[in-house]
Amino acid sequence: MGVGIEVRGLNAWYGKNQSLHSIDMTVAANHVTAVIGPSGCGKSTYVRCLNRMHETIPEARAEGSVKVGEMDVYGSGSDPVEVRRRIGMVFQKPNPFPTMSIYDNVAAGLKLNGFRNRKQMNELVERSLKLAALWEEVKDSLHKKSGASLSGGQQQRLCIARALAVEPEVLLMDEPASALDPISTSKIEELIFQLKQHYTVVIVTHNMQQAARVAEFTGFFLMGSLIEYDKTEKIFTTPADKRTEDYITGRFG
Amino acid sequence: MSDSVDPMNPTEPLGKLQKPATAIPSMAQVSKERRTAASTVLQKIRTSHPRASRIPDTVFAVIILLSAISVFAIVVLVAWQLIDKSRLSLHQFGIGFFYGHDWDPVAGSFGAMPFIYGTLVSSFLALLMAVPLSIGVAVYVTEMCPQRLRAIISFLVELLAAIPSVIYGLWGIFVLAPLLREYVEPFLARTLGWTGLFTGPMYGLGMLAAGIIMAIMVVPVIASITREVMTAVPQNQREAVLALGATRWEMIRMGVLRNARIGIVGGVILGLGRALGETMAVTMVIGNRPEIAKSLFAPGYTMASVIANEFTEATGDLYLSALVEIGLALFIVTLIVNALARLLVWSITGGTARVRA
Amino acid sequence: MPNLSAQSAPQQVGLVRRLTNAGATTFAVAAAILVLVPLLAIFAYLVIKGIGSVNWAFLTQTPKPPGEVGGGMANAIVGTGIILAVASVIGVPLGIGSGIYLAEYGRNRFGDLVRFTADVLNGVPSIVIGIAAYSLVVVPQKHFSAFSGGVALGIMMIPTVARATEEMLLMVPNVVREAAYGLGIPKWRTTLSISLRTASAGVITGCMLAFARVAGETAPLLFTAFGNQFWNLKLNQPTAALSLQVFTYAISPYDDWHKQAWAGALILIVLIVGAVAAVRITTSRGMMKGA
Repeated sequence: MGVGIEVRGLNAWYGKNQSLHSIDMTVAANHVTAVIGPSGCGKSTYVRCLNRMHETIPEARAEGSVKVGEMDVYGSGSDPVEVRRRIGMVFQKPNPFPTMSIYDNVAAGLKLNGFRNRKQMNELVERSLKLAALWEEVKDSLHKKSGASLSGGQQQRLCIARALAVEPEVLLMDEPASALDPISTSKIEELIFQLKQHYTVVIVTHNMQQAARVAEFTGFFLMGSLIEYDKTEKIFTTPADKRTEDYITGRFG
Repeated sequence: MSDSVDPMNPTEPLGKLQKPATAIPSMAQVSKERRTAASTVLQKIRTSHPRASRIPDTVFAVIILLSAISVFAIVVLVAWQLIDKSRLSLHQFGIGFFYGHDWDPVAGSFGAMPFIYGTLVSSFLALLMAVPLSIGVAVYVTEMCPQRLRAIISFLVELLAAIPSVIYGLWGIFVLAPLLREYVEPFLARTLGWTGLFTGPMYGLGMLAAGIIMAIMVVPVIASITREVMTAVPQNQREAVLALGATRWEMIRMGVLRNARIGIVGGVILGLGRALGETMAVTMVIGNRPEIAKSLFAPGYTMASVIANEFTEATGDLYLSALVEIGLALFIVTLIVNALARLLVWSITGGTARVRA
Repeated sequence: MPNLSAQSAPQQVGLVRRLTNAGATTFAVAAAILVLVPLLAIFAYLVIKGIGSVNWAFLTQTPKPPGEVGGGMANAIVGTGIILAVASVIGVPLGIGSGIYLAEYGRNRFGDLVRFTADVLNGVPSIVIGIAAYSLVVVPQKHFSAFSGGVALGIMMIPTVARATEEMLLMVPNVVREAAYGLGIPKWRTTLSISLRTASAGVITGCMLAFARVAGETAPLLFTAFGNQFWNLKLNQPTAALSLQVFTYAISPYDDWHKQAWAGALILIVLIVGAVAAVRITTSRGMMKGA
């Protein structure tokens, strides 16, 4: 089951440059929320702050309050390793582990967390691959094929399975289909629609049609600030802010 | 471009209008002019690349080709000289040369096994110490080190490679050996003497000293290749592991080292190649006694050392030939080892790795 | 369905992983320190033990007979210079020529073979090269010589110079060459006056690196230059060299010679580090120029 996310006063910097300005956002549990905006508006940075990936870049830091369910992500006792386990991430360019088989790719996170029981691992791997709609295509070559030998769309679904295997509560997706062909893209979008039953999904996308198709809520970012955040339908039909309207209608970005 | 109207002599169309003083050229006119300009350039090129300049070009190309061929020629010459000058010994002893345990030139017996043993043990010992250290340094510099220190530390490690072998040997004789003799070897004898590896008289000089010195000399080789292949691992692999909830070491282990392992193996093999051929430092600290002993405290002898020590003293053609045969064996082994290493490293870095051997 | 979040004793697993992480970090830091300690120790000892014996007498006199105190390494310093000069005359042109071949003419299978052979040559133990030089030069001439030593070291310089030259030439953008061809400049002229000149900083770097590497070599000189306790400026006679002298003195039983070995080693390392440092400075300046 997914949980909600409460963001209050989130600021982020790359060195001296501030890239996020006091973001407030409440993400609804078990829904898909899209984050849109022109290049460089901070949408990727925002999402990477949610699972503390932002700070892995040298000279980058973030401050503010992010609560994922009961977990205080930036709280004093919070361990980034645990945060990242409970918040999954899928990246723009599929990045399966080339030296590992399909099975080992999905099980990678499990092994990290000390999972030893073979039988349980098999079950979890199968479940994750089914959730990612990849099971049927790879079930006969789980151990034989390497993660990198799949097609682009399959690789991305493999990465989704890998992220789901550690049972996160939230799934973050940073432009997950932008490197894929249209057919794979629609498969991914279908998948996202299914996933929201179990998880809370936040998806960054530069493709407005995709946001309209997939997400129930949408946030529009511009120059590091959250300009407008509302139901997707409202954002795309009657946006409250002029800047949102300009972006939607293609006047810039 | 044929046009019904000749723009140079417009008749009806312009009519009563005054022709402007500087006629604006029409399309046809411009294209005709362009063609003329192009052919002028072509002509210029043709005239400045006359047959005459093809001779210097050819001569130059031949000179350059000869330089490249000289590289082949040298390797072939080296191999030929080694084979030629060791013919006597090859003929005399055959393959038994390499099994013989006895190296007594005075008595006329030439068995190379002690040197093979010494070379292998000292190299293996060196790698045993150097590999974890090199990978440790590489991991530190690539993944853990603060940005400012990175250049300094990698420069310092490379400086280790610049120190000549004879200076390592000098330091080995007067600093390392006494250290081993006074402190390290007694300690090892007390704690690990039961293994049989740390027994016998403690000279300081011996197999252990040779192994340690060679380890220091080989670390820069392995470390620099490991660093290169680690840096070649794309950043998204690291992020993928971190996003699953991994500690930094787990990220390095699963996301970097795992991807780089073929290259690292190549680096280790290259280090082995360097260790096998190492001469001066080893000669100065290994004790130079052609004996096969289990204890690491005992003196030994390597293939390179015996050549270095006895070549100029060799009395008789057979003696010299035997030494050259050892050199030939060394040549062939290092050839195979280095070729293997290059293949492995190039397969990762795509033939661009600059290997500082 | 197994549930990771509710996995029993998550704290315990966390501890093992945390400890492993800390352990790995400690090991890596310790490795870095452990590797740098000998470096500092060697330099420290060189300075401490050597500086006392580097005096005017050391730099200007030849060795005294064994057992007698005093004398110097003047002949060895000069001898090293002579041998390195011969080596450079052989190694630099052949190296640059091979590098030009690899970059400008050899972008094909044969070029790959040449590059591979150069790497093979690079990996041949220096003592084996010494045997070959002995066999090719010393034996026919029937005596040891500075020339044979130079041949051995020159051979060893070729792969380093060739690699550096090739890399630097490949960095010269093709548009520069095409501009030259377009102006009617023949290929040989373009390669020399334009490509090579643009790449000159890096090529000089490569030559100096090769130079620094062979300056410290001892093994190939053992039976080519052989060494000499007296002055020799002739190319076809045995000649002293710094590295040889350090070796001979270090393994001798005389205390005074040991001291002189340190002094000689100090001078040798200054020569080499000087070359490496000069390389670094030229590279950074070169980068600015070529950019």
